[in-house]
Amino acid sequence: MAILGTINPMLMAGIDFDSDTSWRLEGYLARGGYAVLKEILKSETGREKYISVIKRSGLRGRGGAGFPTGLKWGFMPAFRGGQKYIVCNSDEGEPGTFKDRDILRFNPHAVIEGMLIGGYLMGATRGYNYIHGEIYEIYKRFEEALGEARAAGLLGDNIAGSNFCMEIQAHHGFGAYVCGEETALIESIEGKAGRPRYKPPYTASNGLYGAPTNVNNTESYASIPFILKMGAEAYLDMGTVNNGGTKIFSVSGHVNRPGNYEVPLGTPFPKLLELAGGMRGGRQLKACIPGGVSCPVIPGARMMETTMDFDGISKAGSSFGSGAVIIMDETTCMVKALERIAYFFFEESCGQCTPCREGTHWMYQIIHRIEHGQGRMEDIEVLDSIASRISGNTICALGDAAAAPVESFIKQFRDEFVYHIEHKQCLVPLDVQRAGSGFFKATV
Amino acid sequence: MLTQESLQKIDREITKYPPERKQSAAVAALAIAQDEKGWLSNETIEFVANYLGMTPMAAYEVASFYNMYNLKPVGKYKLTVCTNLPCMLSGGVDAAEYLKQKLGIGFDETTPDGKFTLKQGECMGACGDAPVMLVNARRMCGSMLPEEIDKLLAELE
Ligand SMILES: Cc1cc2nc3c(=O)[nH]c(=O)nc-3n(C[C@H](O)[C@H](O)[C@H](O)COP(=O)(O)O)c2cc1C
Ligand code: FES
Repeated sequence: MAILGTINPMLMAGIDFDSDTSWRLEGYLARGGYAVLKEILKSETGREKYISVIKRSGLRGRGGAGFPTGLKWGFMPAFRGGQKYIVCNSDEGEPGTFKDRDILRFNPHAVIEGMLIGGYLMGATRGYNYIHGEIYEIYKRFEEALGEARAAGLLGDNIAGSNFCMEIQAHHGFGAYVCGEETALIESIEGKAGRPRYKPPYTASNGLYGAPTNVNNTESYASIPFILKMGAEAYLDMGTVNNGGTKIFSVSGHVNRPGNYEVPLGTPFPKLLELAGGMRGGRQLKACIPGGVSCPVIPGARMMETTMDFDGISKAGSSFGSGAVIIMDETTCMVKALERIAYFFFEESCGQCTPCREGTHWMYQIIHRIEHGQGRMEDIEVLDSIASRISGNTICALGDAAAAPVESFIKQFRDEFVYHIEHKQCLVPLDVQRAGSGFFKATV
Repeated sequence: MLTQESLQKIDREITKYPPERKQSAAVAALAIAQDEKGWLSNETIEFVANYLGMTPMAAYEVASFYNMYNLKPVGKYKLTVCTNLPCMLSGGVDAAEYLKQKLGIGFDETTPDGKFTLKQGECMGACGDAPVMLVNARRMCGSMLPEEIDKLLAELE
């Protein structure tokens, strides 16, 4: 699949998705790639100047937490000696998210250039890109792109004829959602089980192999060359107030054309839905999870009034997350949807923290029994109480991620849970649910 | 214990990390060992551990933590079907049911002829291509509607 639609794109501008060469070095160079890196390496002005452009651009991390990237880069002790690391997070395990895969597939050199610029500005000479275990073909392609950059003198010793030397390697995961959490990801690169570390210390002082390490998402690194090229103001102008730039939204679920769409922040949700071909079978939007399954669910009518940016989504009661927009129409049973989400967090909890390990287990068990007609009315309160006791009581945010959907599904679709418990069956008839998926085309 | 070819691949992984950090290649080395052997026995895990200079227990911990390792023998083809919510909305669960019926097995089971093992998977970062499945942890197949599944099974005969 390709990027299926764009409005005024930045990351995907000028890319020919059908071409075999567009992603390669020659294609990236033809689009003006690596020019910013070369300029920075030659420039006499201080590194702070570039970091301040990133700060002014307002770029917020695209991995889920939305932390300001310029601020994060400023935390790295750039002038302290010793080894430092640049780590790119392409673990992309948040259900509903599949944008980093397409960035690596169609524009891998933008990620490499972003990591190199980061290395130079933060004083790091080694980088790793941690790539999601299931996308082996993309990992191979990224390795190929690294090889191209190396052969062209854009990676390794004396990059582009300067004194700057940096090596970047691809590291392949093997199936663990929690490894997307930055300290678990670092443990995984160290060859261990991916159990998140206590923070502080933060990775900027104590990261990979105990050295200062900057971790950013793929889309964040890939944005850097473009932002430095166009300048902070032009970048801000691409979006809306306080929410500059573009974002790749991964749209999945009940739409006619599920896929990735790069649009300016602030784009109204109905516009994005239209790009994605509208609702499958012309059905009604029942609910949307706008940022991946760890974000609160929003009822359809409210979602239709929302703009796709940090402020708009948070006003609607959810979070921006990773930009994974999961669309559910009226054929969806909300109890079943939540059951599957709860199973995921139960399965993926690393087990270090008791509230998360035990809580995700119990939440799944209880939702499972409601879905299977064995629920009791008090279960709804019990679920709420378990969720509230996990939130904020765990080493990493996986616990909060598990609690948020449970709390929001119950809040927004309480009637459906009550119906399930009273009638021991779904509000949405099974054949209707079955038709919704579009799998058995002939029977629809 | 492993072929020269696998060892070469592991050696290449080791070069990606600082010389005193060979253990960093553990996730990749175990995956390469699994590609060759089909699954990771205790002996294989121990061999990889010794090769990387880590304790067997540390390697076992890695092998048991990540979902894509097989700690038991599997069929010639391991099919992992994503049934997570975004895929479920576009037929992921139906695709799994379809496979169960066609193959006559449930999740975590292997067909009597030893050809197929069926697994339930979590999000593979490809939800736009739902239904999605993975063959032997390496090859991803998208848009797996009934006719595509039939085609894949025929091809894997
Ligand atoms: C359970 C969990 C899973 C995460 N998964 C990812 C992921 O797949 N990709 C990602 O970039 N960030 C993920 N994060 C966020 C990272 O910890 C980190 O904040 C992010 O990579 C920083 O990059 P950014 O500032 O560019 O967003 C996850 C966090 C948690 C708690
Ligand atoms: S939910 Fe199946 S690939 Fe993401």
